Amino acid sequence: MAGIPHDHYEPKSGGEKWLNNRLPIVGLIHDALFIPTPKNLNWMWIWGIVLAFTLILQIATGVVLVMHYTPHVDLAFASVEHIMRDVNGGHMIRYFHSNGASLFFVAVYLHIFRGLYYGSYKAPREVTWIIGMLMYLLMMGTAFMGYVLPWGQMSFHGTAVITGLFGAIPFIGESIQTWLLGAGAVGQPALNRFFSLHYLMPFILLGLTIVHIWAFHTTGNNNPTGVEVRRTSKEDAAKDTLPFWPYFVIKDLFALAIILAVFMAIVGFMPNYLGHPDNYIPANPLATPSHIVPEWYFLPFYAILRAFTADVWVVQLVNWVTFGIVDAKFFGVLAMFGAIAVMALAPWLDTSSVRSGRFRPTFKWYFALLVVDFVVLAWVGAQPAEFPYDWISLIAATYWFAYFLVILPLLGVMEKPLTPPATIEDDFNAHYAPTGGTKTIVNPAE
Amino acid sequence: MSHADEHQGTRRDFLYYATAGAAVVIGGAAVWPLVNQMNPSADVQALASIRVDVSGIAEGTQLTVLWQGKPVFIRYRTPAEIEASQAVAVTDLPDQGAENANLPAGSEATDANRALPTPEGSEVAPGAWLVQMGVCTHLGCVPLGEQGDFGGWFCPCHGSHYDTAGRIRKGPAPRNLPVPVASFVDATTIQLG
Amino acid sequence: MLRKLTLTAMAALAISAGAATAETEVEIHDFDFPFEGPFGSYDTMQLQRGLKIYTEVCAACHGLERVAFRTLHDETGPALPEDQMRAYAANFEVFDKALADGEGDYRAATPADYYPASSLSNAPDLSLMAKSRAGFHGPYGTGISQFVNGMGGAEYIASLMDGYEEEPACAAEMETPMEGAYNVAFANGGFPDACKDEHGHHTVPGSWIAMPQPLYGDDVEFDDGHEATLESESQDVAAFLMWAAEPKMTARKQAGLTGVIFLSLLSVLLYLTNKRIWAPHKNKLKD
Repeated sequence: MAGIPHDHYEPKSGGEKWLNNRLPIVGLIHDALFIPTPKNLNWMWIWGIVLAFTLILQIATGVVLVMHYTPHVDLAFASVEHIMRDVNGGHMIRYFHSNGASLFFVAVYLHIFRGLYYGSYKAPREVTWIIGMLMYLLMMGTAFMGYVLPWGQMSFHGTAVITGLFGAIPFIGESIQTWLLGAGAVGQPALNRFFSLHYLMPFILLGLTIVHIWAFHTTGNNNPTGVEVRRTSKEDAAKDTLPFWPYFVIKDLFALAIILAVFMAIVGFMPNYLGHPDNYIPANPLATPSHIVPEWYFLPFYAILRAFTADVWVVQLVNWVTFGIVDAKFFGVLAMFGAIAVMALAPWLDTSSVRSGRFRPTFKWYFALLVVDFVVLAWVGAQPAEFPYDWISLIAATYWFAYFLVILPLLGVMEKPLTPPATIEDDFNAHYAPTGGTKTIVNPAE
Repeated sequence: MSHADEHQGTRRDFLYYATAGAAVVIGGAAVWPLVNQMNPSADVQALASIRVDVSGIAEGTQLTVLWQGKPVFIRYRTPAEIEASQAVAVTDLPDQGAENANLPAGSEATDANRALPTPEGSEVAPGAWLVQMGVCTHLGCVPLGEQGDFGGWFCPCHGSHYDTAGRIRKGPAPRNLPVPVASFVDATTIQLG
Repeated sequence: MLRKLTLTAMAALAISAGAATAETEVEIHDFDFPFEGPFGSYDTMQLQRGLKIYTEVCAACHGLERVAFRTLHDETGPALPEDQMRAYAANFEVFDKALADGEGDYRAATPADYYPASSLSNAPDLSLMAKSRAGFHGPYGTGISQFVNGMGGAEYIASLMDGYEEEPACAAEMETPMEGAYNVAFANGGFPDACKDEHGHHTVPGSWIAMPQPLYGDDVEFDDGHEATLESESQDVAAFLMWAAEPKMTARKQAGLTGVIFLSLLSVLLYLTNKRIWAPHKNKLKD
């Protein structure tokens, strides 16, 4: 097996050998648990564990909720209220599940931006990155379909708007939309299939999680320096790494406990803060809420969707070049999916010879601007589509594309990066006194 | 090993055990709601106990009510029915247990142990109320009232005969008709469950 | 304890650019409800007063179909004694499909039954009103006001009950009068052009609501002699509807607090454990 050289599991007793010859599962778990991990990982490397935990939380609470939920247009809303009022602890389980979606997206955005800053997407970790992007898409689909299930006003009209995006595809759009909904409009067929898929997709996500972990266990973790672990010998590797258990498990669990304490406070004291109040009104096809807003985690991409209106010259140009096939509506849809696609292509767009943003002085500023840009997009996504928000969203959306399509390729060539430390051990020792060094008392720098 | 090292070792171990213990307790507390949610919910529990107005039942007639999805017979027995039931020796019965949820297990199947005690201030004769599940103890059919060889209930499915106290007398049924948890909340209202 | 806040509710917003947008100013007051904050819980007496107002005034038109009568007995709710709750339930009639040999018939409600639905088609059910009307707050519905001031749907309901006012002069002078009643807390109702300036901005707060003023003060008489002014009645009925929408709030806050305390404790233990296992590698002060 490829990877960082380290001690592998050796079956000792007869029973262990017997099992290992038939199913090497103990060895698999052993190798995953004791995998050599760069010892300089900082606190941004906790989000993976938080995501894994949240996936389990969502599956566990979700399976339980399904025991009481009814996917029927006449009964769905009432069954959710039944959960909230009568099922033992049902109100907590449901609030955990609905707020769990928000925790999931907080963690995934921090996880993604961690990867973007430290160049975790760069070779040889492209496959890890691509699988991660697939998981992110799957998460968005799952969250969207889950939001439909309570069958409130936002569920219903949000579904109409989102499936309407597919209707914007030229020629075949309407057929696709009808195929998605199983009818001309949102109704029982849509609710039933979204329920089925909402139950199925988390398990696909679980499978992809294993593949995602498998991929970076093969390449080894990236780390804040972007310098690879030495693989010349087991001894050299051991100087750069520590085993995952207990060092990183305990560290991650500590971070997880703090995050869960905050999460618990939100669930306990303000569980509806992140949701939309209109979803406590049963779905009514005849009355559209005055202000349809997606959940907060979709807002940045929703802003990009709305940014490209018919009066933007790029849209007009594309419209003219394609003989009117790509109209403003379809352009917006392409832009939204394109915004995620350019992110997925980052491994091939980034030309820098240095992996970590820590040693890229100019990159740092553009990256900080990207983070601000993301927050601005999220904010502007919740604003009405009018002046000055239309201009803000257009500028913010343009920067998003510019970062990936222009800045990443050019900066790698133009920028003069700093020299990273030779080894992870050097980096670690620069922050914490080297063993046997002159200093005996050191305050950790980070 | 110096004394100081030993002390440090104990302190370190204690910290590890405390952390592991706290994690286990919190993990357990988190799992419990996932188990408990499968217990009957509040709306189901609310139907576990119903009140039945028995003021309209005349002597020698019975009311069948649906309780938790099963029929319950509430009969206002005549003196003749009570006497007929009292005349039977418990030792002659196929099932000598009272099968009464209001009494300790192992109570004898006397007529008094089968009937629901008449509340104070009621004009109904003592022992006249009989409350029992209307489900044959053989295979779950609903027996018919005022029929059979013993003037009580008769199950048409496989021919089980119950007497005027709902006790099995003849046929394949193994046990007397069970008496559910029941009590009078006032002179004319019975609470089931 | 009444702070007046003027909030902006955005009405009629469309995704497509260039759609006309109307801004309605509404006056929502920030009341100090006893159930606000992490340790707040419902005031039993207030809920019982609100229950009485609901029963004698609101129930004439509005339903409360998600609330079961048995829950009126809940300790953290109105906590009616069981016999009172039973007697109260019996005042309502429900349709039972099992009666009359499967044809169904009306009978007196039992504790296991639910309040009937609205009797008027345009009167919405009030079961979740306090939660579904929490969206007015904050700049553009971001909920900042909910977070900082603890304002939610209960404030909206109380402000609405208390928000009926004389028609402004601009509307009173119109030839055909506006339909409905003028309410300074209501955002989504009709609004006359006569009360807009040349830019289409509203010159007066609120709009016209179909519901006639339900409370005037002294609409009910409380057994304990509690005052029944319009302001206190508005708050009482709003508190009751908040409970109706979120009956498990007290249990939820308790669970949340317990969770936060235990997880904080676990965090401290894990912090110490983490520090200790890393100490040999970070070569810090040897203790």
